[in-house]
Amino acid sequence: MGTWELSAGRPQSLLEVVVLLPASALSRSLDLPAWVLFRRSRPLPPLQDPTMPAPQCASCHKARAALRRPRSGQALCGACFCAAFEAEVLHTVVAGRLLPPGAVVAVGASGGKDSTVLAHVLRELAPRLGISLHLVAVDEGIGGYRDAALAAVRRQAARWELPLTVVAYADLFGGWTMDAVARSTAGSGRSRACCTFCGVLRRRALEEGARLVGATHVVTGHNADDMAETVLMNFLRGDAGRLARGGGLGSPGEGGALPRCRPLQLASQKEVVLYAHFRRLDYFSEECVYAPEAFRGHARDLLKMLEAARPSAVLDLVHSAERLALAPTARPPPPGACSRCGALASRALCQACALLDGLNRGRPRLAIGKGRRGLDEEGPPREPQPSRPPASEPVPDF
Amino acid sequence: MLCCRKLTPPGLLEWCSPSEQDVQGPQRLPLTPGDFCLWSHARLPLSDTEPAEARTGDQKCVKCKEGLPVVVIRAGDAFCRDCFKALYVHKFRAMLGKSRLIFPGEKVLLAWSGGPSSSSMVWQVLEGLSRDSAKRLRFVPGVVYIDEGAACGQSPEDRARTLAEVKLALQTTGFPWHAVALEEVFSLPPSALRCSAQEAAGTEGAYKAAVDSFLQQQHALGTNGVERQSQHCAQDPQSPTGPPTTAQTQALSRLFDSVKTLTAKEELLQTLRTHLILHVARNHGYSKVMTGDSCTRLAIKLMTSLALGRGAFLAWDTGFSDERHGDVVVVRPMREHTLKEVAFYNRLFAVPSICTPALDTKAPEKASIHRLMEAFILRLQAQFPSTVSTVYRTSEKLVKAPRAGCAAGPRCLLCMCTLDVDTADSATAFGAQTSHLPQMQTPVTQARAAAGPCCCAGMGGAPGCCKREDPRAQVMEQLCYGCRVNMKDLPSLELLPPYILSEAQLRSQRATAEQEIREYLLGDSEDEAGTGES
Repeated sequence: MGTWELSAGRPQSLLEVVVLLPASALSRSLDLPAWVLFRRSRPLPPLQDPTMPAPQCASCHKARAALRRPRSGQALCGACFCAAFEAEVLHTVVAGRLLPPGAVVAVGASGGKDSTVLAHVLRELAPRLGISLHLVAVDEGIGGYRDAALAAVRRQAARWELPLTVVAYADLFGGWTMDAVARSTAGSGRSRACCTFCGVLRRRALEEGARLVGATHVVTGHNADDMAETVLMNFLRGDAGRLARGGGLGSPGEGGALPRCRPLQLASQKEVVLYAHFRRLDYFSEECVYAPEAFRGHARDLLKMLEAARPSAVLDLVHSAERLALAPTARPPPPGACSRCGALASRALCQACALLDGLNRGRPRLAIGKGRRGLDEEGPPREPQPSRPPASEPVPDF
Repeated sequence: MLCCRKLTPPGLLEWCSPSEQDVQGPQRLPLTPGDFCLWSHARLPLSDTEPAEARTGDQKCVKCKEGLPVVVIRAGDAFCRDCFKALYVHKFRAMLGKSRLIFPGEKVLLAWSGGPSSSSMVWQVLEGLSRDSAKRLRFVPGVVYIDEGAACGQSPEDRARTLAEVKLALQTTGFPWHAVALEEVFSLPPSALRCSAQEAAGTEGAYKAAVDSFLQQQHALGTNGVERQSQHCAQDPQSPTGPPTTAQTQALSRLFDSVKTLTAKEELLQTLRTHLILHVARNHGYSKVMTGDSCTRLAIKLMTSLALGRGAFLAWDTGFSDERHGDVVVVRPMREHTLKEVAFYNRLFAVPSICTPALDTKAPEKASIHRLMEAFILRLQAQFPSTVSTVYRTSEKLVKAPRAGCAAGPRCLLCMCTLDVDTADSATAFGAQTSHLPQMQTPVTQARAAAGPCCCAGMGGAPGCCKREDPRAQVMEQLCYGCRVNMKDLPSLELLPPYILSEAQLRSQRATAEQEIREYLLGDSEDEAGTGES
């Protein structure tokens, strides 16, 4: 299909994203009505007043401003904005001591905008930080979606000359692709809970891929909006354990698991998209086939509405999430090792092994929800495992 | 009918006597979707109000297994009238009893807004104190009503009419009552914002001892003491100040009109209301305040506070007891009653309530964060019926300790919580570029980005760094994160009531003075200052 020149008219910023997709899917992932995207691109109109010329860039004062930063409303030109964005990511990494020099960093690359931007920024900053990068892509086996995304990742790896490793569910988990899992869990009258499986298994696959390339740290491209959605979702689902553990900049890696962090955690989603636009990054922006079933969709809708009511809502939610104080009893128990695979687990079996166990026994819901009957361990129900999937959560079964 | 469809219901007495048929219909639910009432504060999911006749005719109450069910509380739990009442009353009593916070003989102020939850709470207290109830409640209640008509933009005639109805209702309760207009915030003293030293929390031993001594007292007094208590009814109104002046009303309307967003308006209204209630409580010697927040309301409030940046204070905002204000403790006994139970109870047992328009009545759904969250939670509740209770259970797991064991620092000027804005590397201190557009002075360039944004925005940062003698910056510095974001929507802080501004000035002067003499102070200056405060 050809290249669509798309532009979205908004009062304060125009977004031109060159993608290779039908606009309906794009509009869904960017959450704009499709009709907005079908306008022909035209030169940027002045931002506020048609009679006044566009403002100057607030930092270099030379070029004409090309955008307004969503949070502060500052007018910046493209180059200055990208520089500011990269500087902020650098500050996050340095101040949080997330990636020490000499680290071999496995970047979880899905082909989407967040991981593309993350890989690009880290590549720019790699000389300064003294780290080396590997791209690790996970193939969940979702037909019609993941193969196109992987093609994008391969293009990126080729363009940036970064080593790429692809780990597939089918290889790691005994032939269970996500499509097979979906077929297995379908038809019970309740939701399929695909996203539970996918999230847990993807974390495991990422860890395996990172070990394959000999990495010392794992980074993922979660942005501030993701963190805000996660905290909303955890409250709505009553997940006190995850609430107690969340809010930081990543996990330090206990008991043999690799330390994980999210350098883009403080960047809002709009800024990530703007960065990708100004750097002309090529990414894949369809949403997963199973995404409409996820509970996270509710939290995402709520977040969009909150942002419309108050622009700083995302920042406020992240602030709240950082400062939650939960009772000690709500926190998850200190983690041990899984009896089967040796990975980090808060119970006898890690969640990945438990889920796979359920799938293999023909009872896919064995490890989901309250009470894990049939599994050979005790433990209070609904305690989470340390691998924290911020990905889509299933529709809860009540 | 017991419903209010108009803003000002026809008359209070008509509400108190519905027809017997309506209330005690044998096998049908008293509420049908047709005459379902939408209070401005209650939106109940209609999916559960299917009439009992849809089920098989011989369904019995799940509790006593005898009576014909009249009400469906949760999915599948049908209760008969008496069991429902027993459940409801038991919840209320158990909430008060197991917390052991309310000592016998204590003076407790009931904050009544006229809405269904607080009316139900007042009704419970009324019934609980009556002579014929088993195990009478033992505290001494008073009722306060805050007239917020000026903030909500009501006309003086409407306000007068509502006030007349309110006075009638308050007199029938028989408790000492106070009807206070919100305009009185303009005459509050700055001490309203000071957190007095609180007494040691009653341990179990202290509670038992108090109960024993109270019982002995009762025995000694015989029946005389009891009768003396019940003669408080229909006293004179305890508001010697009289109706508010026009100047005050105008000042209040100006204040609220100047706020740009509905969210900030609602937050400001809540803050002022809280201060006023606490002031009334302090003046008349009440040591506890009871508010009628129901489970649904608290779940919505929790999510709203989360979205407003008040994650550090959730336990105080939505917990059972709220001791931030020191001598007066705010208690929420209706915490476990869902709005649906409250509505059914009020309907079945003819609890009177008064419907007044609030700040967000008839506002569109996206107008404020409060509305958004309310609509979202209620919609989600219709789809997943345990949403509200899940959020409530999670809120029970929140503790009041500050995170990571940081010491008690200065308190927020408005909400009296320990300040949660620190200059450490938190996401918001770093990513805080949410200052006003025209006042943004330090663009984040590549070179200076590593230092973080300058604190000209008033979001924290090293004191003394470009500190202007700006009253606005002074006030903003003393607010917690959530209050700061709200105050951003208030363009000029001069319209705030004078007690806030003077207290802010006092605190900043004290901070400056402390800064100067810090090197000469021995030991912890916090303690010294604490005992010096009134």
